[in-house]
Amino acid sequence: MSTFLEEVNERIGGVPIQACYHCRKCTAGCPIAFAMDYNPNAIIKMIQMGMRDRVLNSSTIWLCASCETCVTRCPNNVDIARMMDVLREIAIEENVGAKEKNILKFHEAFLSNIKLGGRISEPLMIALYKIKSGDYFSDLGMGMSMFMKGKIKLLSPRTKDMKSVRNIFKSTGK
Amino acid sequence: MKVSYYPGCSLHATGREYDESVKAVSKALDIELNEIDDWSCCGASSAHMTNFKLSVALPARNIIAAEKDELDVMVPCAACFNRFKSAQYHLKNDEALRAEVEGIIGEEYKGSVAIRNPIDIIYNDIGVDKLSEVVTKKLEGLKPVSYYGCLLLRPPEVCEFDDYENPYMMDKLMGSLGAESRKWSCKTDCCGGSLTLGKTEIVVRLVDRLMTMAREAGANCIVTACPVCFANLDTRASENVVLPAFYFTELIALALGLEGSDAWFKMHNVDPRPLLSSLGLI
Repeated sequence: MSTFLEEVNERIGGVPIQACYHCRKCTAGCPIAFAMDYNPNAIIKMIQMGMRDRVLNSSTIWLCASCETCVTRCPNNVDIARMMDVLREIAIEENVGAKEKNILKFHEAFLSNIKLGGRISEPLMIALYKIKSGDYFSDLGMGMSMFMKGKIKLLSPRTKDMKSVRNIFKSTGK
Repeated sequence: MKVSYYPGCSLHATGREYDESVKAVSKALDIELNEIDDWSCCGASSAHMTNFKLSVALPARNIIAAEKDELDVMVPCAACFNRFKSAQYHLKNDEALRAEVEGIIGEEYKGSVAIRNPIDIIYNDIGVDKLSEVVTKKLEGLKPVSYYGCLLLRPPEVCEFDDYENPYMMDKLMGSLGAESRKWSCKTDCCGGSLTLGKTEIVVRLVDRLMTMAREAGANCIVTACPVCFANLDTRASENVVLPAFYFTELIALALGLEGSDAWFKMHNVDPRPLLSSLGLI
């Protein structure tokens, strides 16, 4: 058995997050902090305090856009962006149920699309996302306009050696 | 010069004008592009946000394919560039991971090719002096702010690209075309990236701020090298603040008098042609 902090640190595999002294530079520079339920530095403290459920059920871990401003500016080199990736991985593995469901559904649709054709076909990826999220109507006009301008093609070239792509998914799947 | 070319998925779809303008500009500057054979998606944000190993193995498949030619790899999409550089960083520093990924792909990873964005190739290998010599139509009156975003720059030890808090290469390129690059403080801010579908309102807020700040800086357009940023700038800004967006290669092509730019501008959601014709540039 290990503590939540130990588990997160091991998966990050770099500077232990308790190196954080809460200068809040990460939070000050975070472009998405205004929409998060907990600020990035608060997530670090909550992990130290073993607040596993609250962290994994937070909107913060899904809203983080991985802009990497936090880790670039952290005076102690805490890899906060990687920490967010790790927290998402744990939440997915444990089937916690993402607080921001549509963001996870977007990632699932994106990766399913790669598994199908090796490359993203934007109309197919968006269709997969819409089926998963139930959000059928937003951006329809925009999509149609892009289609008319020739930006979106219904058929685009795929990767030929799909066996190798599928093997990557199979070998890295948990 | 000759380079390997990785267009990535966006450049074959919503970023089509980026792909076509990169190709036109490369041809004009004698950069021969050799597309990586049977490439596949880099995994983008969705892979690294949900599965670390997948996020290294997907780009590794393409890098290994490129290593056969031993040429620098041009990666125009900032998101693909970031994933390729990140995979190289981890494969270099984690031997166990490298052995595992080589096992999955079934081939050796040598780490022998440099991953480069066309901003870097044009700025460092062609140079602004050479570029300004071949300009046939100076972009006078055009006042772009250069928007670098996140993925070309951060984390700096991975991306190894320009000054990570105050990048300048794209500004210098714009200057060499005769455009008046405006100084602003949002060069490296985030547009919200892949949240554009799952959380549109966040992207609208971030893009509106970028547009507002660009206007305050006296800009009349915004120039980028990322298809994700471009899509967000071009489709998510509110009507009262919106400015036209360009890929930097579209503006190089325009200044070099290359064919095709009118077709690219027609594909934009925010039509840049009224601005360009008011300045006598088209």
